[in-house]
Amino acid sequence: MIRTGERQRNILEFALSSLHRRRGRNLSLLAMYVLIIFVLASLLFFVSALKREAALVLHDAPDLIVQRMIAGRQELIPVEYGAEIASIRGVAEVRSRLWGYYFDSWNGANYTVIAHNSPTGTEGGAAIGSGVARSRKVKVGEMFPLRTPGTEPLLLEVKTIFPDSSDLRAADLIIISTADFSRLFNFPVGKVTDLAVTVTNVRELPTVAAKIASLHPDSRPILKSEIQRTYQSIFDWRGGMTLLILLSAVLSFIIFAWDRATGLSAEERKEIGILKSIGWETSDVLLLKFWEGCAISLPAFLLGVILAYGHVFFLSAPLFSQALKGWSILYPRFQLVPVVDISQLLVLFFLTVIPYTTATIIPSWRTATIDPDAAMRS
Amino acid sequence: MITLSGVTKAFSCGKPNEFTAVTNVTLEIPPRQVTVFKGPSGSGKTSLLTLIGCMSRPTSGRIQLHGLGVPIPFQEDTAVPLEITGLPERFLTIIRRSIFGFVFQQCNLITGISVLENVMLPAYTSGERLSEVARRALLLLEQFGVARHARQPVELLSGGEAQRVAIARALINNPAIIIADEPTAHLDSKLSQEFMEIVSGLKRDGKSILIASHDPIVFDSGIIDRVVEMRDGTILDDRSVR
Amino acid sequence: MRNSSRFLLFVVVGVTVIALLPCHAHYRQQASLRPMNRPPEELTELQLTDLCLVTEARHTRHPSLADRHAPFQEHPLALEFFPSGSFILPPSPHDSP
Repeated sequence: MIRTGERQRNILEFALSSLHRRRGRNLSLLAMYVLIIFVLASLLFFVSALKREAALVLHDAPDLIVQRMIAGRQELIPVEYGAEIASIRGVAEVRSRLWGYYFDSWNGANYTVIAHNSPTGTEGGAAIGSGVARSRKVKVGEMFPLRTPGTEPLLLEVKTIFPDSSDLRAADLIIISTADFSRLFNFPVGKVTDLAVTVTNVRELPTVAAKIASLHPDSRPILKSEIQRTYQSIFDWRGGMTLLILLSAVLSFIIFAWDRATGLSAEERKEIGILKSIGWETSDVLLLKFWEGCAISLPAFLLGVILAYGHVFFLSAPLFSQALKGWSILYPRFQLVPVVDISQLLVLFFLTVIPYTTATIIPSWRTATIDPDAAMRS
Repeated sequence: MITLSGVTKAFSCGKPNEFTAVTNVTLEIPPRQVTVFKGPSGSGKTSLLTLIGCMSRPTSGRIQLHGLGVPIPFQEDTAVPLEITGLPERFLTIIRRSIFGFVFQQCNLITGISVLENVMLPAYTSGERLSEVARRALLLLEQFGVARHARQPVELLSGGEAQRVAIARALINNPAIIIADEPTAHLDSKLSQEFMEIVSGLKRDGKSILIASHDPIVFDSGIIDRVVEMRDGTILDDRSVR
Repeated sequence: MRNSSRFLLFVVVGVTVIALLPCHAHYRQQASLRPMNRPPEELTELQLTDLCLVTEARHTRHPSLADRHAPFQEHPLALEFFPSGSFILPPSPHDSP
């Protein structure tokens, strides 16, 4: 047993000094390998963390949202619709929601403005997301103007700034009172943006949605489950971002493994011949190649995953946020709460470390089975 | 002692390009002697050495090793002659590693790694502690006067030094029999003489030495006990020199 | 120290760090659920439906509430809001009437 362990270690020792010979090549190989794993693992961490955040947000979302569609566009919905929907059996509550977008021509950012009568949302006051505070450079207690369709701008006092930790929900929010909302947008009386419906029994939701649709054919009920599905598809592996990165990483990995698999040089072949002639068994040679593969792929996996964790959860994924930012002026500064999906890490391990190590062993196989006297005949 | 009886080695059996390298060779090689296999290239001497050295198996005939004094894992009783003809490759490798040391025409050193590691290489797979192997390797390098190069990569060695490192590598597992195939082919006369001196030292240490060569410096050397002359796979002449 | 020992040590340290990642994640998740780290009540009351990830267009800010054809205005491969616009997909098909 000790001899077996010692044999493994001796062969590992030789594998390491063998890799050390082609230091430049192997270090660049390692660097590229780390990079691929880093990108893939970052993506896994990033997406699973966002999924968790989305699930938390959706937890608070209403069971059903009713929009009104005219000519394929969302239009304002009359408040009477709300009253009629409230009378449907199984509907517990209908809340009218007033919200919209405000384009800030001063800096090109888009804000989401929501009317909500809460303690801070008194007339003339506003609760804003930290993204808004950053782009408008305002602090609590300061005033800031918003353009209205009329001549007078709407002056608002910042009552609350939501903390950075809620940026993923609220970075671009401006919450003001209903009266200010009407003034800001010159909002038509008797209309709201959409209706949030709560039902007594979630299982009746499709029935309620069907009743609403037949009651008002111009309405579009959006179920909570549909919202969930939307988010699932965004973060699905087939989703645009994920697919793009996944494809490029997998492609480069294949090229890279291919290079390994086909790249058994004449020199390497000669070395295997020498090893065989001085008393190494075929299994010893394969073990050597196995350790050579492991000596690259194992550290690459470990480093890649650890760096990715740091990148996503300590540095907030600067690599991806650039892509997500796109042309947005206002971008949330979120610190993601870490989520580690062990099964995904295992899949990553099996899709990268195992193929690479195999790709190192397989081409040596044929060479390793040559007769030991080949070296003598050359 | 090594005994060969009716040993034949054919390549590409049953194919049009079939040829027989060794034909019906019967021979006894006593221990602790220097035996030279002499003959032109293609005379079958290298093939015969690979057969004795457990590198390949004869097509027919038997090869036996007697009184090796080295316990083999599957045959503890060292007094019984060991029939190597029918053994599976795994066992042949074990025998090759523990009983034979090889010196090749080319030095066959692995470039890029140090002299010391090259000498240690045959012992890596035995599961011995590397520190112990390194100690032995350094002793051997000292014995051959190349210890100062131990940490250098092998490419920096001169031809003669490389040859000595190759001999040190052949000796690392303390084999009873040394097999050298055209060891002086790439050496000038002075280095060839030096090589024969090393061989005489090994003989003094009680090793059996088998050399395939057609170099007069080798077979006319005073330390040779026996010359076996070969041609076309058969033995022409087998004479004791002393 | 032998190279192999150094390598094995590196692997052991690496594996240990990776094994600690789920623990760290769990700890941080627990911490985020403490009252002081929860989002303000004012926000949860709003019954928000979407993550504020990309604010540049309606269908990227509120993917779940956008017109169903809105994402197609720049999809697929339209470069208007590339790259963010191209990975916010259209909402999944309706299952209610």
